[in-house]
Amino acid sequence: MSMAAGELHALTLAELARGLEAGDYTSRELTEALLERVSAVGERLNAFITLTADEALAAADRADRHRAEGKSGPLTGLPIVHKDIFCTRGVRTTCGSRMLDNFVPPYDATVVERLAGAGAVSLGKTNMDEFAMGSSNETSYYGPVRNPWDLARSPGGSSGGSAAAVAARLVPAATGTDTGGSIRQPAALTGTVGLKPTYGRVSRHGMVAFASSLDQAGVITRSAEDAALLLGAMAGFDERDSTSVEEPVPDYRASLDEPLSGLRVGIVRQHFDAGLDEETGRRVREAIAVLEAQGASVREVDLPNLDLSVPTYYVVAPAECSSNMSRFDGVRFGHRAADADELLELYCNSRGEGFGAEVKRRILTGTYVLSAGYYDAYYLKAQKVRQLIADDFRKAFAEVDLIAGPTAPTPAFALGDKTDDPITMYLNDIYTIGANLAGLPGISVPCGLADGLPVGLHLVGAPFAEARLLNCAHRYQADTDWHRQAPEGWE
Amino acid sequence: MSLSKDQVQHIAMLARLRIGDDETADVVDKLSRIVEFVDQLQAAPTEGVLPMAHPLNQVQRLRADGVSERVERDLYQQNASAVEDGYYLVPKVIE
Repeated sequence: MSMAAGELHALTLAELARGLEAGDYTSRELTEALLERVSAVGERLNAFITLTADEALAAADRADRHRAEGKSGPLTGLPIVHKDIFCTRGVRTTCGSRMLDNFVPPYDATVVERLAGAGAVSLGKTNMDEFAMGSSNETSYYGPVRNPWDLARSPGGSSGGSAAAVAARLVPAATGTDTGGSIRQPAALTGTVGLKPTYGRVSRHGMVAFASSLDQAGVITRSAEDAALLLGAMAGFDERDSTSVEEPVPDYRASLDEPLSGLRVGIVRQHFDAGLDEETGRRVREAIAVLEAQGASVREVDLPNLDLSVPTYYVVAPAECSSNMSRFDGVRFGHRAADADELLELYCNSRGEGFGAEVKRRILTGTYVLSAGYYDAYYLKAQKVRQLIADDFRKAFAEVDLIAGPTAPTPAFALGDKTDDPITMYLNDIYTIGANLAGLPGISVPCGLADGLPVGLHLVGAPFAEARLLNCAHRYQADTDWHRQAPEGWE
Repeated sequence: MSLSKDQVQHIAMLARLRIGDDETADVVDKLSRIVEFVDQLQAAPTEGVLPMAHPLNQVQRLRADGVSERVERDLYQQNASAVEDGYYLVPKVIE
């Protein structure tokens, strides 16, 4: 191969696609190089729960054969990893939980099926907060993931393993899921690109459910171009997901280079209030200035119910969680407690042993807000406030094309820092949760460093504005090189 | 609003979740803080607002009532801890 294997890990999917096409290296050589890097240096991050080296090499060989036969597509032979929330036929899928420690799905998630069908090579399954419930990766049964920018810090969560693996150049791209910020927040904290599409844009089939009206699959990459490449392969109608939307999938790469002149960018005053770390705020303002310099116009918009988004979320999400988690009964799959003498005891003990503390808290919160006498006061009330929050966005998007602000209030925090108080942890997602409640697409783009740690610029658009978000992120990346900066020691 | 230990045990029973004695104090404390936090919703003016049913106001899609999946019972049951003759085993329910 003309390029040293040692350099391949630094390249993006788009660059690797060109190298494969030119015959500079094969998918097998690329896959072997990345697997070697994962085993040589990757373990320090605890980013993986399961590595599937044999399957990956077999898929790489298939990709190389397809290429030789002239049957290659845009993803043929390109390495990715999946968050361990996506079911993979024959490969255990734990969702970061003791409950599913031994679960081997009998089918592939649609996301897994489509990416494999497009020729992508999966290297394995990444670590995550248990059942995607967490913002720091510390609720994983398999231990926390470490942030490659500072191993004492959290990479964010819940898609922390995916974000850390991409940031550390172990793999160019990963899938993730985002229920309240679980793709965008870890992307911000690790200096990667994280895209959460519109609700229903990507199929949820085979994605272990947390809160079904909020869950959405997306990607973590290093460039907006790569996110566009993957989204194009993942998105689209799926009859196996009853909330999948029947909207055509545009060519997201075709519009990446469109100029930003005339783009109307909204900023929200409250996003820059006291809760925001000062240095983080400066980086975000600088990033918005880059968009302005490219011809975008910036104006203030109001999201009057923004402050209610986190409490609304922590009624709606736990309520749906408690309902979804009732499938884990210890009987058909998942952890089963030993020595239960009667059925009720089997249920209670299997669930008590199989779930960790944060998952239990959310099940209990959800059960409480849905229980007789409290339903109207909490769940119904929250669904009304959710409507107000969605209305705020609708009004804002009548005036602007997208809203720009910070993804997270601070850079990566130390592991253990926020585990004592659930509310402090929940407030990490204050800027991202609104997009989930309103079903909107959002993207986090690396926009500089604060005290040596990455900061994310958050862009939110109207439903199905993914092409616009990717275009804006790509143009931003054309004028900046934050996305090219690797954490020290991981170049 | 603070929850009592009895309330939490009742909710845990509704959720079919065993909370160990060593966990109870922490669960009561944190659950109380969460409920207190979401209580701020009560002050929001929502008169005349319809609760959200779907973020994009979509309606549930219907499909023809035909067979679409193949049953692979043996494959599915490989994930169960206790099966016999194609059945899932549970403790005796009927005396």
